[in-house]
Amino acid sequence: MTINLDPRVPAGPLADKWENHKFSMRLVNPANKRKFKIIVVGTGLAGASAAASLGELGYEVEVFTFHDSPRRAHSIAAQGGINAAKNYHNDGDSVYRLFYDTIKGGDYRSREANVHRLAELSLNIIDQATAQGVPFAREYGGLLDNRSFGGAQVSRTFYARGQTGQQLLLGAYQALMRQVDRGSVKLHTRTEMLDLVVKDGRAVGIVTRDLVNGAISRHSGHAVVLATGGYANVFFLSTNAKASNATAIWRAHRRGAAFANPAFTQIHPTCIPASDEFQSKLTLMSESLRNDGRIWVPKRAGDNRPPNDIPMAERDYFLERMYPAFGNLVPRDVASRAAKRMVDAGHGVGPLQNGVYLDFANAIDRLGRNTIAERYDNLFQMYERITDEDPYQVPMRIYPAPHYTMGGLWVDYNLMTTIPGLYALGEANFSDHGANRLGASALMQGLADGYFVLPYTIGDYLAEYLNTDPVPTSHEAFGEVEAGVRERVSGYLNTNGTRTVDWFHRELGKIMLEHCGMARTESGLDKALAEIPALHEEFKADVRVLGESESFNQSLERAGRVDDFFELAQVMCLDAKNREESCGGHFREEYQTPEGEALRRDNEFAYVAAWDWTGDPGSPELIKEPLEFENVKLSTRSYK
Amino acid sequence: MNITLQVWKQEGPDRAGRFATYQVDDIEPEMSFLEMLDILNERLVSQGDDPISFDHDCREGICGTCGVMIDGQAHGPQLGTATCQLHMRKFRDGDTITVEPWRAAGFPIVRDLVVDRTSFDRIIEAGGYITVDTGAAPDANLIPVPKDVAETAFDAAACIGCGACVAACPNGAANLFTAAKINHLNLLPQGQAERWARTEAMVEVMEEYFGSCTNHGECEKACPKEISIDFIAWMNRDYVKAKVKNRRLMGQKA
Ligand SMILES: Cc1cc2nc3c(=O)[nH]c(=O)nc-3n(C[C@H](O)[C@H](O)[C@H](O)COP(=O)(O)OP(=O)(O)OC[C@H]3O[C@@H](n4cnc5c(N)ncnc54)[C@H](O)[C@@H]3O)c2cc1C
Ligand code: FES
Repeated sequence: MTINLDPRVPAGPLADKWENHKFSMRLVNPANKRKFKIIVVGTGLAGASAAASLGELGYEVEVFTFHDSPRRAHSIAAQGGINAAKNYHNDGDSVYRLFYDTIKGGDYRSREANVHRLAELSLNIIDQATAQGVPFAREYGGLLDNRSFGGAQVSRTFYARGQTGQQLLLGAYQALMRQVDRGSVKLHTRTEMLDLVVKDGRAVGIVTRDLVNGAISRHSGHAVVLATGGYANVFFLSTNAKASNATAIWRAHRRGAAFANPAFTQIHPTCIPASDEFQSKLTLMSESLRNDGRIWVPKRAGDNRPPNDIPMAERDYFLERMYPAFGNLVPRDVASRAAKRMVDAGHGVGPLQNGVYLDFANAIDRLGRNTIAERYDNLFQMYERITDEDPYQVPMRIYPAPHYTMGGLWVDYNLMTTIPGLYALGEANFSDHGANRLGASALMQGLADGYFVLPYTIGDYLAEYLNTDPVPTSHEAFGEVEAGVRERVSGYLNTNGTRTVDWFHRELGKIMLEHCGMARTESGLDKALAEIPALHEEFKADVRVLGESESFNQSLERAGRVDDFFELAQVMCLDAKNREESCGGHFREEYQTPEGEALRRDNEFAYVAAWDWTGDPGSPELIKEPLEFENVKLSTRSYK
Repeated sequence: MNITLQVWKQEGPDRAGRFATYQVDDIEPEMSFLEMLDILNERLVSQGDDPISFDHDCREGICGTCGVMIDGQAHGPQLGTATCQLHMRKFRDGDTITVEPWRAAGFPIVRDLVVDRTSFDRIIEAGGYITVDTGAAPDANLIPVPKDVAETAFDAAACIGCGACVAACPNGAANLFTAAKINHLNLLPQGQAERWARTEAMVEVMEEYFGSCTNHGECEKACPKEISIDFIAWMNRDYVKAKVKNRRLMGQKA
């Protein structure tokens, strides 16, 4: 069965589409809302905002997270900020400009209508968060402050010291807890969704495992919302929290939800380079540092003098040299690749020669140490704790690391996946960011989805099912899924192999970073596509998970997640191989300009690549959603 | 580096716990404390021994998931640092390190070093929010907030909810956590409407789960975000006021 990829974009002029759509959608009247039960998986910005808003509207909501508290979702770690086209600074910003920057930043691989809606809603998000008590940075007059971020020439980023994610998530979490207190939302913590239940082609529930006592249970609802985050941990070493994983969306994919643009992953330019083999994760240094820090390497390859001993004339400020208009503020993909080129050419710095400098000396001279401390002190402290070096005295060392995944479950304009009744929000879906996400836009998208899009669009679907009960959990559709989950769980425990889950995860990560990371080639991807299934077979035969399933068992949790990463990794490589062009975060070495910049091939590849599960992760079916651009002209991104 | 670890092992909330001793050799000073535990766990599993359960996620000191007592100190010897940000260079070759879970009546043990902190969620649920339905907010710049006020509210809002304050307190009190949460909102103009009701409700739920504060000040020292105990004084002041205030006259000058 070939699935239907109708994006359901409303008709009309771009700026009116969302307004018109809100009017034409069916509504559920307030008294009827409590007759609908909605399952929300995930309590990050997208999930918490959605669950809270649905609860406020009167729906019966059940929300699940594998964390011990909703507040711990990975969104908490976002540092830099959130974009909004408020134009509080009178510097020429507008909804249209934010729309345009996002489409362009995404290298023309996203849907115009979705992105425009996102830019419109950005205004409401800042209002909502401020009213909740989110302590955004302020100026002396008491009004909100902004800063600029990569890929934009206006100041539209709202921030809360270096903890914008934590403060926004606390706002959403508090709104969620208010609904828990009111009884409209039921919260299940330390509970992991392990599969989706589909009956007659509709999503009707989920099967979960209680991570404390191992109990497997069934939950049914009129609709299921996945807000389960991204999959950058497929690389093992990434900036994501250790537990971030793809199981929820991957299991949904196996049940029929198409997976869009899996190869569109973002490598963030400013992370602390790995210090050795035992490294467990990579730490991001907020992109906002590029506002005041200057990036450079020694002009002479292999120059290992201490940075402060290298005279100005012997430094290469390569971003400023290559991209004079944007300088250190070029988008992430451009900055990352430039750093990689420098390190590959032997200009890397630090003990392992695997970094470039991010230097604040000029900014400290110009603005004074206090101003710099006010802006970045917590980031500087974080850096010092990890590296034992003081960035006020010596330049930071940074290097790109896997950070964000633009790909995810395919969704239409209503955020519904190809399975009716199943929605995907936040980083878990593929919408809005195209082939590259601009800084400070993920928080914006997660909150737009959760606060302002889903609460409208879900009613349009539910209206059809008024006065029908959710499918009872005693139905055989639930029984079958539960049996599969039990088999999977006991399978890991009974393998009795010799290698740990982490060993396999690390090996998988190495293959992915090497062949499906910052630069990709057909032959490399072929190699990965041979190595990954082989390693996966070894995993199935030789993994060692101790203990039992009826108790708190962290190796068992990880085994299932890594098992799913193996399958996802293959589709990522297939997608990267299929896309014979370079765009955004996807760089195919065969497709570059003579200057080494990405070479897009719009005639062949201006489409969303959605992959449908066929039962074999090595041969999914490709379905294309053509992208039509009625408002912006496709041009080569230039940051010179 | 070679380290000897004494780690609390406990299979479940109702099981008896004990210390187990592990020899961890060939550790690098650049490793984080949790990476050292990762390596130990890898070795344990390879030998067929039960790994140590411990909570963690972001590994950058912001999610508040990690947290253990290291040689009797919540989050270990380095001030203003969560367990996940602690590096082995803070220890010496040959050290013996004792690792225990948070110990407090309000935080039952789940397994080994993992505890149940849902009591914190209950405190938030009681009133740790500003009531504003989605879509009901006025323009963000309508209400200016003086920079100093915003900064102080932020100092309170920086709390990551890890529970170190409770673990460090001889009485197992959660006053620093609760005060941080209350003051974040009570200081802001947006939080005034619910100020008194919030304070009363949150303090009273806190008292159901946790011990009483007798001003030891250990919480402030243990806090990875260095949240000031001044907030506790402000919370106490607001609590007393909340009790005597005639809320129907609120909004009028006292
Ligand atoms: C270090 C870092 C800094 C960042 N900084 C910025 C920034 O400054 N600005 C910006 O815009 N973006 C930033 N980002 C990106 C942004 O933080 C994320 O994209 C965004 O927060 C994702 O939110 P989310 O709600 O989609 O998912 P998450 O916050 O990842 O939440 C996922 C939720 O799903 C739950 N979950 C997942 N799977 C399951 C399952 N199977 N069962 C039950 N529950 C499950 C988890 O428990 C969690 O509650 C940053 C990212 C990182 C890594
Ligand atoms: S793991 Fe997140 S604070 Fe330590």
